[in-house]
Amino acid sequence: MISGEHITVARSGRKLLDNVGIDLRPGRFTVIIGPNGAGKSTLMKVVSGEMKPDTGFISYYGTSIGLCQPAELARRRAVLPQATQLAFPFTALEIARMGAVAQGALNPTEQARQALAKVGLRGFESRPYPSLSGGEQQRVQFARALAQVPQPIADGIPRALFLDEPTASLDLGHQISVLEIARDFASAGGIVLAILHDLNLAAEFADQLVVLNHGKIVAEGACAETVNDEIIASVYGIAGAVGRLPAEHIPYVLPQSRHR
Amino acid sequence: MKALALAFRPASSGDRTQQGVLVLILLAVILVVACLISLGVGPTGVGLRDLWAYATGNAASLSAQERVILEAVRLPRTALGLLVGAGLAVSGAMMQGLFRNPLADPGIVGVTSGAGSAAVAAIVLGNTVLAPVAMLLGNQFLPLMAFFGGLFNTWMLYLIATRDGRTSTTTLILSGIAIGALSAAIMGLMIVMADDRQLRDITFWSLGSLGGATFGRVLSILPFIAIVLAIMPFVARGLDALILGDAAAFHMGIPVQRLKTIVIVAVAAACGSTVAVAGSIGFVGIVVPHLLRLAMGPSHRFLLPGSALGGGALLLIADSVARTVAAPAELPIGVITALFGAPVFLFLLIGKKGVSMRDMP
Ligand SMILES: Nc1ncnc2c1ncn2[C@@H]1O[C@H](COP(=O)(O)OP(=O)(O)OP(=O)(O)O)[C@@H](O)[C@H]1O
Ligand SMILES: [Mg+2]
Repeated sequence: MISGEHITVARSGRKLLDNVGIDLRPGRFTVIIGPNGAGKSTLMKVVSGEMKPDTGFISYYGTSIGLCQPAELARRRAVLPQATQLAFPFTALEIARMGAVAQGALNPTEQARQALAKVGLRGFESRPYPSLSGGEQQRVQFARALAQVPQPIADGIPRALFLDEPTASLDLGHQISVLEIARDFASAGGIVLAILHDLNLAAEFADQLVVLNHGKIVAEGACAETVNDEIIASVYGIAGAVGRLPAEHIPYVLPQSRHR
Repeated sequence: MKALALAFRPASSGDRTQQGVLVLILLAVILVVACLISLGVGPTGVGLRDLWAYATGNAASLSAQERVILEAVRLPRTALGLLVGAGLAVSGAMMQGLFRNPLADPGIVGVTSGAGSAAVAAIVLGNTVLAPVAMLLGNQFLPLMAFFGGLFNTWMLYLIATRDGRTSTTTLILSGIAIGALSAAIMGLMIVMADDRQLRDITFWSLGSLGGATFGRVLSILPFIAIVLAIMPFVARGLDALILGDAAAFHMGIPVQRLKTIVIVAVAAACGSTVAVAGSIGFVGIVVPHLLRLAMGPSHRFLLPGSALGGGALLLIADSVARTVAAPAELPIGVITALFGAPVFLFLLIGKKGVSMRDMP
């Protein structure tokens, strides 16, 4: 179990996170939602060890994160950041391979190949990263994270996937398949924490939903309890939108998992 | 160059490991040839047969004069060229990885001039203010001073030009110019204080040359270069990961801050010590890694050892040219490397985005 308690982060006199607690359990898909600037990415950075909170405590299975070496953390969790730029033209395979190497794979190249195939990029192995489209680049990064935690449970310890807006710039089909991969990871005993903006996707995939606003947790729990008119109106300022169908003449497509 | 890049397109598997190994083997062969050329050419030509005889201990077939030339002049000069070239190219490759910028060359961003001004200070102040230090360090005095000069400038540059782990090319080059100018000012001050003999030494520095190579000089930089070469395998994976950003590198288990400290010290050691023995020889640190990235991709697993081999070869060939084109006069080697390197730098600057992609499928 990965957990954080009383996390507070202040920057230039503003509290980006204010006494936030989070519990990530094996087998559970946790999704953070909230408006821009709510502190979602900041929370993920704190939990992944990238950022030190001003106060609060993060622990990985009882061990304080401050006591874990970077290499040790890398074997326990993989992170898909919100954006990744690249100065030199690595191929898609070489990028995914870095994740596999970080985890100490015996055959990193093969593992990278499998991860790319999993995100639907078979045949893209030799493409230089800068020549890929935005969505393809995003999926290569996802493959890198997958290659870093190929098994949801290793040595009896669940691994974790942290995904910051994994569906941004993906088409409908790929949004679904990326989240399905993440859900399979959780069902097999792994830990998944994802930040999503699409409430429909969040409701479809999350076992546990955390609503963040102005650095505070406003609501958390199952989707049925958290996605309601009151909360959506107070957080996003859109009233009466939950469950309301669009006007008669507007066709709509809700993203839905292919199998459930 | 283009043809070379085309010949080494990434295999359709996207895995360029074999390609990297192949290029390394090729470079090793080129390096051996470059060594032979460097040992052989000059006013007194020493043929392959003579070199072979000498190497196998059958020195009798060489005239006494040939032996003296080989032992006292050519061998130290070749060894020095090898070390200096390797040091320059590897420090360039490491610096470009650290700054995530293919234009970060120690010569262009003021690291070389930092090392140079410290070396000049060592010459001028070596028998007055710094005399006790000079006594203490002996042979290593000059390279150590240059190392600290280079270290200071690299660190300054990193602190100034990198914000939140990101370095923009503009800030990098501009702050490099400013830092370099500061070093040049210090050097100017030292020149005013120098006497005639010291001035001659200083002139030699600013042009860059392998002339005056002795085994003493070879030994004085050997430890620096050896250490830098020895850490290459340990920083390669970290530098690769760093190209995806500080955060991503940390996510993949790299102790980012420690890696950066090691790389900064290594860059200063390689660059500073070479400046101390051979003066400032420009563009090797940018040309060699750039060509190698085209040939084998940007992975530091192969780029760093490739730069060591390629840098040594390039410098030996440039030095052989410098010795022969205007014989009996000798051109400063910096002139040759600049003639070759400046266009590559401009090419990189102009097509900054395009370059790396255009040469790929
Ligand atoms: N280093 C920093 N210094 C000052 N403010 C910061 C810093 N980092 C982030 N912030 C601010 O903190 C707030 C939360 O940022 P964060 O990236 O966590 O938002 P987010 O919830 O992920 O938003 P988005 O949906 O746009 O990705 C933002 O208002 C941001 O401007
Ligand atoms: Mg964010």
